[in-house]
Amino acid sequence: MASLVCEVLKIPKAIRDSMIAHCIDGLPDEACGLVAAASSGASTPALVEKCYLTKNAARSAKLYAVDPLEHLKADRDAESNGLEIVGVFHSHTHTEAYPSPTDVAQAPDPTWHYILISLKREMPVVRSYLIRDGKITEEEVVVVG
Amino acid sequence: MERTLSIEIRLPTVLRTHAAGATTVAVEGSTLGEALNSLVTQYPGFEGQIVTAEGTLHKFVNVYVNDDDVRYLDKLETKLSDGDVISILPAVAGGA
Repeated sequence: MASLVCEVLKIPKAIRDSMIAHCIDGLPDEACGLVAAASSGASTPALVEKCYLTKNAARSAKLYAVDPLEHLKADRDAESNGLEIVGVFHSHTHTEAYPSPTDVAQAPDPTWHYILISLKREMPVVRSYLIRDGKITEEEVVVVG
Repeated sequence: MERTLSIEIRLPTVLRTHAAGATTVAVEGSTLGEALNSLVTQYPGFEGQIVTAEGTLHKFVNVYVNDDDVRYLDKLETKLSDGDVISILPAVAGGA
């Protein structure tokens, strides 16, 4: 699977902005959502084509859980558009944009992009990681368009 | 005469390796538990992946029958009808 490693994640500006807005709207709780890209790693580096702004079912400033029914709807919508869910974003309201031990322990998919949005400072910070076997690898986020 | 129900299970990417890469698997069963047993019979790699050794749904997955989260139905006892689609997705969660 090493050939599928994308060291760059491209995110269109409009999608980046809507993810940040969703995270700010969610304050004081953490906010979350899912991102979709072309199926089967068709684009290299990965390009986020769509994002789904989901509810945080944990309704917590320290935890997030993507609402299960919204996840199902997003998964179906992505598939019907020739896309697949390839990652998740969530906010850290008072900490850096780096995966927490909980994030690492609960990362479900080694192929996913784990996007962190820190609202710790005035300017939100967006970073992305791959989490495999408990190992965190940062990938470069390139904002396009 | 009892008829075998035709049920489809849709698998998330992360679990497809256990089914030789298949995205969907046709199973049999009149309840969710039976359908998931049928999946394990066909692909033993699913043993312990969706249902725990204690016989409950694993907390790291969400399981749906058609549009409903089975935690709000009858969990593994949820009755199935011909043509039902079971979806399995990873539970996506974490924290600061």
